[in-house]
Amino acid sequence: MSPISRGFRRKREAAPAGRVPPGQYVTKDFPVLSAGPTPHTPLSEWSFSIAGGREPKMWTWEQFRSLPSENLTTDIHCVTRWSKLDTTWQGVSLDVLLAAVEYDARYVLAFSDGGYTTNLPVADLLGGKAWVAFEYGGGPLGAEHGGPARLLVPHLYFWKSAKWVRGLRLRDTDEPGFWENYGYHMYGDPWREQRYAGD
Amino acid sequence: MDDVAVDDATLDGNAIGGLLASVFGTEMTTATGTCGSCGAVTLVAELAVYLSRIGTVVRCRSCYSVLMVFTEIRGVTCVDLMGLASMS
Amino acid sequence: MAGTAVRGRLTWQTATVGLVTDETPKVRTLRLEVPDWPGHEAGQHVDIRLTADDGYQAERAYSIASAPGEPLAITVERLDDGEVSPYLTQEAQPGDQFEVRGPIGGYFVWEAGTGGPLLLAAGGSGVVPLRAILRYRSLAGSSAPVRLLYSSRSWEDVIYSSELDLPADGVKVIHTLTRSQPPMWHGYARRVDIRMLAEVAWPTAERPLAYVCGPTSFVESVATGLVGLGYPAGRVKTERFGATGQ
Repeated sequence: MSPISRGFRRKREAAPAGRVPPGQYVTKDFPVLSAGPTPHTPLSEWSFSIAGGREPKMWTWEQFRSLPSENLTTDIHCVTRWSKLDTTWQGVSLDVLLAAVEYDARYVLAFSDGGYTTNLPVADLLGGKAWVAFEYGGGPLGAEHGGPARLLVPHLYFWKSAKWVRGLRLRDTDEPGFWENYGYHMYGDPWREQRYAGD
Repeated sequence: MDDVAVDDATLDGNAIGGLLASVFGTEMTTATGTCGSCGAVTLVAELAVYLSRIGTVVRCRSCYSVLMVFTEIRGVTCVDLMGLASMS
Repeated sequence: MAGTAVRGRLTWQTATVGLVTDETPKVRTLRLEVPDWPGHEAGQHVDIRLTADDGYQAERAYSIASAPGEPLAITVERLDDGEVSPYLTQEAQPGDQFEVRGPIGGYFVWEAGTGGPLLLAAGGSGVVPLRAILRYRSLAGSSAPVRLLYSSRSWEDVIYSSELDLPADGVKVIHTLTRSQPPMWHGYARRVDIRMLAEVAWPTAERPLAYVCGPTSFVESVATGLVGLGYPAGRVKTERFGATGQ
């Protein structure tokens, strides 16, 4: 039994009823969790691609930024138990990006600079649920938070919102990405508290 | 990886000396690890370490391949050493 | 394997806070009482684990500030957005308890038998394990020559300043103050660079051993500089503290 350290508590904010999934606490911070060095790909070399459809599709940064984009305000939930409410972003909806590709795959593996990957069902990217975000809090997305662009899928635990995203590989089967390989849940619904494989 | 700017948050194997000792039962920072990808031989104390509550990732300092991953799943420490060719 | 390394207990033990000393406005030393403390080597660290009353736990590593044989003490720098350091530097009082694991480390250690000359390079709170080495050197009666190059933001941020103002025989302390300097300051006033290292570091012909500790960017820059001056990589030991207040 660990002794209690008198006067120590984690910083937490008030949690409005119904906004916070089970086991989470609200923070005003935006913690940075990383599995590797921060990539710094120049925009001139950046591209977003979707492979595994009838034909591969690729956008340069200029092409990507001329696609219609949206502003959104959403809550995000990290598997390490912090939740951040009312975060603001600007991004291109995956509905727009996937509409440019003919495919019949049911799953994707999102991949990023630096080698990070995460897996999702295609259905969780469609219907206004996912974006490739390039702005956060009213300014360009900083490198430490995944800039120039990251995947944003707020209805799942935030490790699914791959930082430094460079594309999607459409697949017929659901294969584990980086953290899923090391014991985290294949789907990751915070409202059902699906943190680890087997939850 | 060429042109990796120095990430101030990046640590080295010293930072996980306690974790390594509790997992392997002995002091490990003076052990050497051989990268399974590029073959580089490095003291564990000098490997690149990325520490966060989601998991701890240990990478080769030459090619940045993943060598070791530690996670805590339902209170149990899980270790993956697949990226290492060997450690002694 | 470090055959003579102190085998630390690998399990968590209860530590009780003893005397606390403010070193600078942001830095505090805490003496820790741990029953059956096995002793430690100069350069080692401990892991500290705090537990809140709701069961939440946070863990960090801190270098041991005291020499082998002296009571266990850690020196902690408060990071403004930190989770553990604000507790240790502002809240924890004598009698409070948390858990400690260690001593830890067999790489970043110096024993008197290793000899010198030693080049110790400290960035900010990176001075803590190097100060343990200096205190141990005196207690062990070693005559290994030492140069400590110590980078701080300003004179107010220098930790252990009065102790370092009276170095032991054979120890030379060279400060650099990177952000502001007191009036009449004649010392270095910039971040450590190759030119400064070339002026301060022992010539390679003397077979020096270097210990570099501090924020990651400081350690990378100094270690690269020393290797560029001809120090064999195997004779430059590094301990990165991540991003700190520097």
